Amino acid sequence: MAGTRGKRTKWSKESATAVLDTTRDEPGPLLISLQALQSRFGYVCDKDIELVAAACNVSRAEVHGVLTFYRDLRRTPPPNHLVQICVAEACQSLGSRSLVEAIERSCGTRIGETNADVEIQAAYCLGNCALGPAAFVDEVLIGRSTVEKIRSELSKSELRR
Amino acid sequence: MKPVRVFVPKDSAAKSVGADDVARAISQEARARKVELEIVRTGSRGAMWLEPLVEVEVDGIRVAYGPMSAEVVPSLFDSQFYFGANHPLFLGLSDEIDWIKRQDRFTFARVGIVDPLSTDDYEVHGGMIGLRRALGLNSLEIVEEIVASGLRGRGGAGFPAGIKWRTVAQAASSKKYICCNADEGDSGTFADRMLMEGDPFTLIEGMTIAAVAVGADEGIIFIRSEYRAAIAAMQDAIDLARKKKWLGASILGSDFSFDIRIRVGAGSYICGEETAMLESIEGKRGVVRSKPPLPANEGLFGKPTLINNVLTLATVPRILELGADSYASRGVGRSLGTQVFQLSGNVARGGIVETSFGILLGDLVNDYGAGTLSARPVKAVQVGGPLGAYFPKSLFNVSMDYESLLAAGGMLGHGGVVIFDETVNMTGQAKFAMEFCAEESCGKCTPCRVGAVRGAETLHKISQGIEVSMNRGLLLDLLDVMADGSLCAMGGLTPLAVRSAMLHFAEDFESEGGD
Repeated sequence: MAGTRGKRTKWSKESATAVLDTTRDEPGPLLISLQALQSRFGYVCDKDIELVAAACNVSRAEVHGVLTFYRDLRRTPPPNHLVQICVAEACQSLGSRSLVEAIERSCGTRIGETNADVEIQAAYCLGNCALGPAAFVDEVLIGRSTVEKIRSELSKSELRR
Repeated sequence: MKPVRVFVPKDSAAKSVGADDVARAISQEARARKVELEIVRTGSRGAMWLEPLVEVEVDGIRVAYGPMSAEVVPSLFDSQFYFGANHPLFLGLSDEIDWIKRQDRFTFARVGIVDPLSTDDYEVHGGMIGLRRALGLNSLEIVEEIVASGLRGRGGAGFPAGIKWRTVAQAASSKKYICCNADEGDSGTFADRMLMEGDPFTLIEGMTIAAVAVGADEGIIFIRSEYRAAIAAMQDAIDLARKKKWLGASILGSDFSFDIRIRVGAGSYICGEETAMLESIEGKRGVVRSKPPLPANEGLFGKPTLINNVLTLATVPRILELGADSYASRGVGRSLGTQVFQLSGNVARGGIVETSFGILLGDLVNDYGAGTLSARPVKAVQVGGPLGAYFPKSLFNVSMDYESLLAAGGMLGHGGVVIFDETVNMTGQAKFAMEFCAEESCGKCTPCRVGAVRGAETLHKISQGIEVSMNRGLLLDLLDVMADGSLCAMGGLTPLAVRSAMLHFAEDFESEGGD
C-alpha cells in the first residue's frame, strides 16, 4: 500500500541488498522487489534503482519504468499519517469531493502535496462502496466518513505512534 | 453447558462502522456480568445497512440485532439478548430478514455464516464436497460440467467459463497456471473482497477444481493492495489449507498436486484487465497485450493460463457439489445461474444482493435499495462499474442479465449498481469518466491515452457553456475513435459511460444560454 508508516527502517545498502536477496530469485522479480523495498524503508529511494537493476538483471530504465507506472510506489519518504479518500463514483454520490476539500482545509494541506505530517491522497475505490464515503487513515478503513471521524482516527493513530 | 455463541462480523466494511468496538464491548460486558459467551467473528451477511450486525445462536437458530454500536451493547445485556430476547434493535430470525430471505445465495452461501478460517466450519457447511467429486472425474467431465452449468465469467466480459476451461485443458504444455483475478477495481463493487474475507476456502477449492480440470500445478491470486484484510485472510486460508492437505502435494490423498500463492497489486486499475495483470505478475509495467495469442494458449510467462474472476472460481465448488443443472436452472436466456449484485452509492439499503439473473433494475434499486440514503429522488444509476452505462429511471424495467443490458446500451460488468440522487450533474460524471481513464490508461493505445485527456477538456468546455453544440459533436467523434481504436475495455468502454450520460441526460449537456 502506498507509503504507510509501518515498521520503517533507515536505508542502508546492506539492508537493501538483504531485502533484494529475498526477492531476486522469484519469477518476474522486478515489481515485488520494489514493493519489498518500500515495505522495508517506506519508499523507494534513488539509490535503490541501481541495486534493483543489478539484482533483477534488467536496465535502470526498466526499473524506472516500473517504478513510475504504479501509484502505490513512492519515491519520497512517507508522511507520519496518510489519509486516502475515495473519489470514485460510489463515494462521489455521497459527497466525497466536498469531503476532500473539507479535509484539505482541516489538515492545511492539499491532495498531491507531500507533507511530512499528514498527506492526503485521492483513492479510486476502497471496496467499501455501500458505506461511503470511504477513507483510509493509515491502516484503518472508515465508512460513512466525515471530517470528524477522520480527525478522530488521526488522533488515535498519533497516540499509537 | 456450552457457552452461547455470538456472531460479530470482521468484514472490512463492518469494521469500518465499528464492528471491532462492538465485539470488544460485548466481550467486556460479558466478563463484567459473568455471562459465558463465545464470540465468533464471521464475514458479513452483506446487508451493509444493518452493520454492525450482531447475531446470537438460540437452539441452533440465529437471531439478529442491528445496526449495533458499542454504546448500545449494555442495553443488549439488560434485555438478555443471549436468550434471543426482544430489544429495540431486534431484527428477528436472521434468515427471515426479508432483505436476506428474498435472495438466492449460491456463490455467497457461506459468507457471513461461517468462521472464515475454520476448516471444520467449512466442511460442516458443505465445503470440499465439490473438490472430492472433481478428483474422481476426468478433465473432460469436469469441463463439460462447467459448460453445462452455463457459468460465465463474472469479471465483466461474460465469456462462457467452460469454453475457456476447455481451451486451457486442450493446450499442450507441461506447465499451466490458474490465475485468479482479484483486482476488483470498479467503483461500486466489493463482492470479491467480501468473499475472500468471508469464505476464502471456497476460492481455494474453486481454483483447485479448475487446476484438476485443465492440468495446472500452480495458482496465483492477484489481489489489489487496497484489500489488506482480504490479502491476510487468503494467506491464512492458504496456510491452513496446506496443513489440511487441501493444497500442496497429494491433495486429499490423491496423486494431484497444486499450490497457490498471492501476488499483491501496486495501485493500478488497468491491472484488472487480464493481460495487464499478467504483465504485472511478471513484474513489468501493467501494459495490456494484444490478443491473440489468448492467455489460454500463451499467458503467464508464455504458458497456457486460465484466468477467471474470484466470483467465477468461487461458484465452481457448489456447481460440482450440486450438479450443473442446479445452476443452469436459475436465470434467464443465456444468462444462467445467479449474479452477486452490489448495491452502493447513495442508497438507503446497500450491500450484496445475490439473485437469479433477470431481476429488474428498478426492483434492485427500489425494493432492495429502498431508494437513496439522502431521501431525494433517484436520478441516475450506473451499472457495471466506471466503464458501464448511466441509466435513467425510464429504463428501470431493464432485466439484469448480460443480453438485456447490452441491448439497453449498457453492460453487466462485475455487477456493481451505483445510485445517484437528483443533485448529480451528468456532465461532471462524464468528465470524471474521462479523467479516470486518463489517470488509469496504461498508455499503449493513443486513442485511450490522449483521447481521455482531450475528452475531459472537451467536457469541461461543455460544462462552461463554451461552443456547446460544436464540442458535443467533437466529443461524439472522439468517443467513436476511442471505442474503435483501443485494445482493451478501458479506452473501449469509457465512451459507453460518457455516451449514456449524453443520451439519457441530454439536459445536463445543454449550454445555459443556448448556442
